[in-house]
Amino acid sequence: MPSRQYATFEVDDQLFGVDVAQVQEVLRFHEYTRVPLAPTSVGGLFNLRGQVIAAVDLRVRLGLPGRDLAEPAMNVIVSVEDEWVSLLVDRIGEVIELDDEAFEPPPDTLHGAFRDLIVGTFKLEGRLMLALDARRAVETAAVDTDQGNLARTS
Amino acid sequence: MEELGEIIQEFLVESHENLDQLDRDLVALEQDPGSREMLSSIFRTIHTIKGTSGFLAFHRLETLTHAGESLLSRLRDGAQELTPESTDALLRMVDTVRTLLSTIEETNGEGDVDVDSVIAMVTACIEDPAAPKAAPAEAPSEASAETEPASGKPARKPAAKRTTTRAATKRTTKAAAAKAEPEPEPENAQMPEPAQVETPPLETALPAAAAPGALPTADETGGQPGGTRRSIAESSIRVDVDLLDALMRLVGELVLTRNQIMRGVGGGSDPTLVRTTQRLNLITSELQESVMKTRMQPIEHIWSKLPRVVRDLSSTLGKQVRLVMEGKETELDRSLLEAVKDPLTHLVRNAVDHGVETPEERAAAGKSAEGTLTLRAYHEGGHVIVEITDDGAGIDPTQIAETALTRGVATREQLARMDNREIFALLFQPGFSTAKKVTNVSGRGVGMDVVKTNIEQIGGAVDVDSAVGKGTTWRLTIPLTLAIIQALTVECGEETYAIPQVGVDELVFVDGQSGQIEHVSGAPVYRLRGKLLPLVRLDETLGLPARNSDRDVYIAVLQADGRRFGLVVDRVLNTEEIVVKPLTGRLKDVGVYAGATILGDGKVALILDIPSLARRSHLAAEAVERAEMDQVETRAAEGRIERLLIAGMGDRRVAIPLDMVTRLEEFAVDRIERVGAREVVQYRSQILPVIRLASLLGVYDTEPDGDTVPAVVYTERGRSVALVVQQIVDIVEDHIEARSDLDDDGLTGSAVIQQRVTELLDVRRAILAADPRFYAEMPDTMVGA
Repeated sequence: MPSRQYATFEVDDQLFGVDVAQVQEVLRFHEYTRVPLAPTSVGGLFNLRGQVIAAVDLRVRLGLPGRDLAEPAMNVIVSVEDEWVSLLVDRIGEVIELDDEAFEPPPDTLHGAFRDLIVGTFKLEGRLMLALDARRAVETAAVDTDQGNLARTS
Repeated sequence: MEELGEIIQEFLVESHENLDQLDRDLVALEQDPGSREMLSSIFRTIHTIKGTSGFLAFHRLETLTHAGESLLSRLRDGAQELTPESTDALLRMVDTVRTLLSTIEETNGEGDVDVDSVIAMVTACIEDPAAPKAAPAEAPSEASAETEPASGKPARKPAAKRTTTRAATKRTTKAAAAKAEPEPEPENAQMPEPAQVETPPLETALPAAAAPGALPTADETGGQPGGTRRSIAESSIRVDVDLLDALMRLVGELVLTRNQIMRGVGGGSDPTLVRTTQRLNLITSELQESVMKTRMQPIEHIWSKLPRVVRDLSSTLGKQVRLVMEGKETELDRSLLEAVKDPLTHLVRNAVDHGVETPEERAAAGKSAEGTLTLRAYHEGGHVIVEITDDGAGIDPTQIAETALTRGVATREQLARMDNREIFALLFQPGFSTAKKVTNVSGRGVGMDVVKTNIEQIGGAVDVDSAVGKGTTWRLTIPLTLAIIQALTVECGEETYAIPQVGVDELVFVDGQSGQIEHVSGAPVYRLRGKLLPLVRLDETLGLPARNSDRDVYIAVLQADGRRFGLVVDRVLNTEEIVVKPLTGRLKDVGVYAGATILGDGKVALILDIPSLARRSHLAAEAVERAEMDQVETRAAEGRIERLLIAGMGDRRVAIPLDMVTRLEEFAVDRIERVGAREVVQYRSQILPVIRLASLLGVYDTEPDGDTVPAVVYTERGRSVALVVQQIVDIVEDHIEARSDLDDDGLTGSAVIQQRVTELLDVRRAILAADPRFYAEMPDTMVGA
């Protein structure tokens, strides 16, 4: 039976998973360089072995209040369109193998921001894992237009 | 080898490669004498060399290859068979070509290489290959008669001019006189002889030929006896650009690591480690510079095709256009050159098509019939600027506005609010064209927007400025995406930002006492040496919390888009070399950042984009303009005030108008180098001519004894000179009343400034003494079209 491995992590007590093949590495980091005028979902930039990586605050992308970046945060570094981008998450979980059969489309009850970033759900023992669309999750230009306009008029 | 033009170098490399092939072909040909294919290939090679050498005015080479070509064409066409004699002659010709090429490479000229004997040998093979063996008395006369139209004229030219080629001169005269002269045997018999000798002809050709070339080289290289220079073919190889890119990336990483180590070791107590680190620092810098150079090419590469474009196009359109190129030596990264080529060509075509008027229209407008199209390239603020300027009809903003309206590109309300600059920007809107009629050249409404897109793709910008009746200037701003740049690091809020050093003119510390930030109609300004400088507050621009006082802040005086403005920051940290990392697409839209970098402490810093900050200084700049208008009026009422830099020369004081001071610098004495009789100093990757004020004014006992000397750098239109002074005393702003016209050399007179008699420097003369060509508005190239 075809199955897939997912790297899991939590944001706001919700379990998310991304295809392991997309994940480059996971690390804890502090010292982000803030980017004034950037969309709020861009938490900051940091140096990963000589590469400048943009960290996207998944909380903001999910419509939650942003993270305090003065404290260390967990980074899930995903490769999207040949670029490495970090997703800032609360806690990192296990890598789990799931049968493709267990996959279900996102439930209708999922609202706005969640709905846009989720490709589907998996029922695990006692909890639900949301399969995240990494490509959409790191899209920061499309949202936060209010902020962008503010920046331009200031 | 630097003195050799780029073209000659390429020619040499190419020819060397071709000649190696030729050797193999010729030898192979002997095995298979009938191969037309081989002969054609050889013919083409020789023909190419001939063509280029003619173009480069290497007449000996041209004459020689011409003779070879004549023989080869006969062989190729089957008019005669290849014999060992003709093979020998051809090989010897190839050897002589090679000798000539090395002479050209070493001395930049053809020297005294003997070509005539080889030419004679080659021509002797034409038509009558058996001649050398059979009847020497007849052969030369026939040969010379036969080849007269082909090689006679060029062959005699050098012979007539130079007397050094004795044998050849004799040979030619004998050949010419052959018909009348019944006993030509001795000389003539000698000539064909080498053709029959078994030993490689190289040996016979070389001693005579190479000697004149080799001797001057030995003299030139002076201190290195036996240090023969490698030939260009040996010393250059073709390298994959991808490999260079990879090298560049690695060097970038190395620079970062170096910075981190330097910071770590900084205050270290281990002297060995400190020394090793310094060494690492030097090596890294040199490595970096070398790697960068591998990717740079002068813009000439893409300009070289334009004279032809302009010529063809203007003659098609019945216009007269003169093309002037300035700064064609300006270097750009190779990949950028490629990207700029098409947009540039388009703009040039457009300028000829729409910019320059027909001779009749020009005459009616009171201009000379011939229009001028000027291409200008120079470095500014971390960018390379390429300007395409015509002196044509210009673009009428009202006409653009009308067209924009009819095309629905902009509304009447929008247009009403726009200034000229913004209206010109409409030209780059997709689907916009103001051409009265669509031509097959340009004006189909595609083009300008494509130019803009292409240039923006490489992170550049394009804008246009025009005056009706006077002409139009298109300006391409091309970034130095060269990965490593010098940058100034500044602090604002809690973060560190990097500013490309090339855009930084100077730094001013505002303590709130001797100078302070003022406001002119709400816009912040600073009075810098009496001139109002519009300011941009970085914290405000970035939407950071504003600081509560303007005391103890720094102003970085920046230059971009032809505008000078000050950037207010909290603190100035350092200058360091940084590796420019491209910003992820998601942050490019913000517009204020040119990229990111990793600093010595491993933290990421954003690189500020000076041009976009400059645009933000727009408001302040307007306020300044208004204020300056007012100031001019008040000044007119007050009388003449001059701002002067006072320099000390021993007991004397010399005043230099502050307008002539672009920067003040300290140069290390040992960095001042000599070029011929002049002194120069390396300065921001330029060679800066240096003139010492002391020697200009005939003061010789004031040689400074410190390690550094203060210097006044003056820059105008991209040229700079440095005026080394002994000491900088003060900057004063004063009414100059008492003045005497002391007609001393290098001075315009003297005046009493601060109760002391101060000599007024004749700045123009001082500059010319440093750089006689400073004011010469001689464009580098003029191409009639």
